[in-house]
Amino acid sequence: MKSSSERTSGTKKSPKTRRVLIGVLLAVFFAGLGFFALAWRPSIAPITRPDPGSFPADLVAKGEALSAAGHCAACHTQPGGQPFGGGYALHTPFGIIYGDNISPDPQTGTGAWSLEAFTRAMREGVARDGSHLSPAFPYYAFTKLSDDDINALYAYLMTRPPVSSTTPANTIPWPLKIRPLYEGWKILFFRTGRFQPVSSKSAEWNRGAYLANALSDCAGCHTPRNVLGAEESRHAYAGSLVEGWIAPALTDTNPSPIPWTQEELFTYLRKGVTPLHGATGSTMALVIRGALALPVVPDSDIRAIALYFSEMDHASARADDLDAKTQEALASSYLGSGQANDPDADIYASACISCHYNRAPTPLAARPELALNSSLALDEPTNFIQVVLDGVSTTETDNNTEGVAGLVMPAYGSSLTDAEIARLAAYLRRTRTKLPPWNDLEKKVAAVRRAGPAYH
Amino acid sequence: MTTFDLNGRTVSAHSPDDTPLLWVIRDELGLTGTKFGCGIGFCGACTVHVEGRATRSCITPIVAVAGAKVTTIEGLDPQGKHPLQTAWLQLQVPQCGYCQPGQIMQAATLLKDFPNPSDRDIDAVMAGSVCRCMTYVRIRKAIKLAAAQMRGGAHE
Repeated sequence: MKSSSERTSGTKKSPKTRRVLIGVLLAVFFAGLGFFALAWRPSIAPITRPDPGSFPADLVAKGEALSAAGHCAACHTQPGGQPFGGGYALHTPFGIIYGDNISPDPQTGTGAWSLEAFTRAMREGVARDGSHLSPAFPYYAFTKLSDDDINALYAYLMTRPPVSSTTPANTIPWPLKIRPLYEGWKILFFRTGRFQPVSSKSAEWNRGAYLANALSDCAGCHTPRNVLGAEESRHAYAGSLVEGWIAPALTDTNPSPIPWTQEELFTYLRKGVTPLHGATGSTMALVIRGALALPVVPDSDIRAIALYFSEMDHASARADDLDAKTQEALASSYLGSGQANDPDADIYASACISCHYNRAPTPLAARPELALNSSLALDEPTNFIQVVLDGVSTTETDNNTEGVAGLVMPAYGSSLTDAEIARLAAYLRRTRTKLPPWNDLEKKVAAVRRAGPAYH
Repeated sequence: MTTFDLNGRTVSAHSPDDTPLLWVIRDELGLTGTKFGCGIGFCGACTVHVEGRATRSCITPIVAVAGAKVTTIEGLDPQGKHPLQTAWLQLQVPQCGYCQPGQIMQAATLLKDFPNPSDRDIDAVMAGSVCRCMTYVRIRKAIKLAAAQMRGGAHE
């Protein structure tokens, strides 16, 4: 048996160990101090809100078009709220982040921001008071914007009606909500710099690339993110999960039966619907109906974005047999009606076919053709389940911008059980595509349902 | 409160946002031509038009039609003489009649999309409208009669 002195000496630190420990603590302390010094940004002096009349009308008009193409209002306006008054709840894997009030209200908005402060926010992700902004605000894209375009956006926003509205606090947990830590994120993932045109490409392609990557931040939803929420540039536009919906790939891995040619994508981005692809839903509806479809955005800009992505997904190389593909899809449109001896078809026949049936040779926009719809062709059934559960509403409501304009799809969430929706999904996947069956469907339906109305 | 257009008249519903449109039309606004059948969007008896297209009102939440134009069987034609309605009378389609308003509203959208419908078109689009009296043969005849009249005349 050991004596008590022997036992305590075993746990006692030697003077050497203690020195090392103190050294490490000091190093950590000074590294932390250094980091916070690095993360520190000065406040930029507040200004009196400029007289709206002091901005040239053409600059304001240009800013309006840019603001629409950049769909600023989507994240900076809450449903039913005043434009740019903030408060839109963005559901991220880290918690809810509320879009800030960017109307020129001096107290609750950005009325006290000089052009210098606005430019720094857009290009470096730092607010006027020197605090770091969350990368939910895509300054990593806006850093590529030209000076002229930032000036125009500033002129437009500063001439909007001020909205007095305090943005709710984000629900990001500690320690992720410590703003100086965003500096670490910036060191790892953020590089400032303007858009660099590709000289071998046309002016239209470069305009599209600029709009897509610097202003509209298409990658914000369509590029997967790593565990720290940074876009994985190696998998640019490979598709991602956003607010409970799949934002499909925009590369040639996009599963739509009909490739997204420039013409198809142009129509979709302008109107939110094409007969050969179907209608927009979820957050893309805000981007299109609330932004890209606005008349203030010129056709030429939408065409440029469409060209950029149609080249990215090599649509023209796959566009030679469009009609054959369309007819193949329409040949399945009748399945499920009549006396067909397929017990899985009963839900489809009772609930779906009266609106989704199409007659060859031309699908109608008001009858979204399921065999042409990406919701059945994606690797996961998420989007299909979302639409079945909650349907699609029409005008003037919070979700007003979804689907075909004016068209309502009822919500089947309270009529169909998880097992029935799973059976319907399996049936349509089997009869409307040639793709492998979806797995664990019932569990996936339950999971989407459980995620709650905020997500669907 | 949800405001929408019902048969050309602006109406306001005070029921909660998730109340089915059917309940509002029948119970709050008093138009009982539209029928309650299964209550889960599987039989078609509750079919009305939203922005001119057949929609199952029993599972459409009222908030989904805010600001939209809703038409019921009472508003399909001001005199009740839509070609489908006259064809229905001419061929004595109904037996008990309960499902017929929904059948007619669904058929109106069918003819809008396919003015010259084949049997296959009728089978597919009318598949979700159930008639327990089995009047399907007469429904099909009446749809074709109305289609012929509409192609001949100017009625929508």
